[in-house]
Amino acid sequence: MDAMQWLYSDIVLDHFKNPRNVYDPDEKFAYDAEGTVGNVKCGDQMMFMLKIGEDDVIRDVRWRTYGCASAIASTSMLSAVTKGLHIREAYNLKPEDIATRLGGLPDNKIHCSVLGDKALRAAIDEWLEKTGRAGLYRNEGATVICTCLNITDRDIETAVREGARNWEQLQERTKIGTVCGGCKVKGEALLHEYVHIFGEE
Amino acid sequence: MERRIVYMDYNATTPLHPLVRDAMAADLGVFANASSMHEAGRAAKARVDAARAEVAKLAGVPNPDEIVFTSGGSESNNTVFATMFHLGRKGGRRKIVTTAIEHPCVINAASWLRDEGFPVVFLPVDASGRVDMEAAEREIDGDTLLVSVMSANNEIGTMEDVPALCRMAKAKGALFHTDATQSAGKVPVEAAAWGVDYLTLSAHKIYGPKGVGALYVRKGAPIEPLIRGGHQEHGHRAGTYNNIGILGFGLAARLALEDLEGRAARIRVMRNRLRDGIVERVPDVRVNGHATEVLPNTLNVSFPGAEGEAILLYLDLEGVQVSTGSACASGSLEPSHVLLATGVGPELAHGSIRFSLGSLTTGEDVDYVLEVLPPIIKRLRRMSTVSVA
Repeated sequence: MDAMQWLYSDIVLDHFKNPRNVYDPDEKFAYDAEGTVGNVKCGDQMMFMLKIGEDDVIRDVRWRTYGCASAIASTSMLSAVTKGLHIREAYNLKPEDIATRLGGLPDNKIHCSVLGDKALRAAIDEWLEKTGRAGLYRNEGATVICTCLNITDRDIETAVREGARNWEQLQERTKIGTVCGGCKVKGEALLHEYVHIFGEE
Repeated sequence: MERRIVYMDYNATTPLHPLVRDAMAADLGVFANASSMHEAGRAAKARVDAARAEVAKLAGVPNPDEIVFTSGGSESNNTVFATMFHLGRKGGRRKIVTTAIEHPCVINAASWLRDEGFPVVFLPVDASGRVDMEAAEREIDGDTLLVSVMSANNEIGTMEDVPALCRMAKAKGALFHTDATQSAGKVPVEAAAWGVDYLTLSAHKIYGPKGVGALYVRKGAPIEPLIRGGHQEHGHRAGTYNNIGILGFGLAARLALEDLEGRAARIRVMRNRLRDGIVERVPDVRVNGHATEVLPNTLNVSFPGAEGEAILLYLDLEGVQVSTGSACASGSLEPSHVLLATGVGPELAHGSIRFSLGSLTTGEDVDYVLEVLPPIIKRLRRMSTVSVA
């Protein structure tokens, strides 16, 4: 098919047609850590499986998804990039980097590529927990959202993973936006995104 | 099997009928304003009126003067709701009763009236997509201004009992509108026999051009123009006549009624073969919509464990063009409101595919889809986080 006729870039098309490192149920892939995020009710779910060496280097990865073409392609790309990385580097990969490597994604599809990234980090978090280093990287690479109280996107993510489902609950946990309130629009957008990814019914 | 292009998205739009295309092309030089009094204008007007007579037949009404040409189904529907806005503001009845499975243009027009303070009720439907008649009996009351129920649903093809619902509305003195955009050209449309006040039609769903539609307005039913201006359409719809589009609509309407039953029967046979073939070859699927009260060309299937947009795009790579109720394809987080209203649950709605067949569909097309679809579902299910029995 002519790339010009395709909805996404030809790199996305390639990864969609031939997803790398996708889990094969017959393979019996043995993994050291696993992370699952998203919810089928919300239309997408992602699971990342990691085989990790004692040196914290990712030896091999598999992933599976109930998700759209963008989720499949971006997670395929992410999995290819992840292999051979130290878990700390992998933890700090940005979804935007993956989107760039894919030759760009439409704005309304960026969300789909975030899912793979979150599943990867959930898997690394599980590995860190298993090896007695829970939460080691949680605040690395974070972006400050509420400048008054120095609250980051990672803080919002953590609050949602611990149960916050609306702005009031998020404020109870983090105090975000309780001084000048200027971060509310950005904070609510992130809250919405994280509830979609982590919030089960 | 050799790759082929299989268009199975006729409910989204249809190709121009070759005779319609030829007639429109032949008339491209007819430029006169159909409102002009001179000879050229009168000639253009004569074509518009001939088309009006054909569209009246498609709507099932004897009087062509009751047909108002518009820019399409959305404008026709919006004209009805705008009329209700003007009527309701004058006092008296204000309640709007419609359904949870209408086309977005009706849902959004009704929601606009709700925001303007009108009481609006979206009637529930059963698992097959048929309007809950008990709820309709309860909700259609002496305060009801308008009841609007689509003749057939665009996503699942379920046909509603418009005559019965119209009788209910009339018994309470309410106006009745039906959006027949999907029914026309597929099953008989009988605006006069059903007794409706308003009926919406669109040309591009019946192998006519895009940008043309019609609203049947029963003589005596109130109507306020959505577009104000000149005296066209008895002042009901201003704007210079789209005479070539209207000409195409008129011919498409005539062709749509030629051997309607025979064409529907041929398409129904292929649709049923596609449905039975999918059920036979793909384990654990759910066919959505009504088993018998369904448009002859429409098949909506949910594939648990596989996401709709991914199915659609893998099919697209094979040349098969369909649509999905998945949220991912619409750019929103909510899957099909129609499927949710039938109670299938978001998991099944996200994994739904609509196949809509039409006049150019062949048996080979059906065979091809039955060959390429099962491996796609199998592949997506193997990579899915959702396990299917």
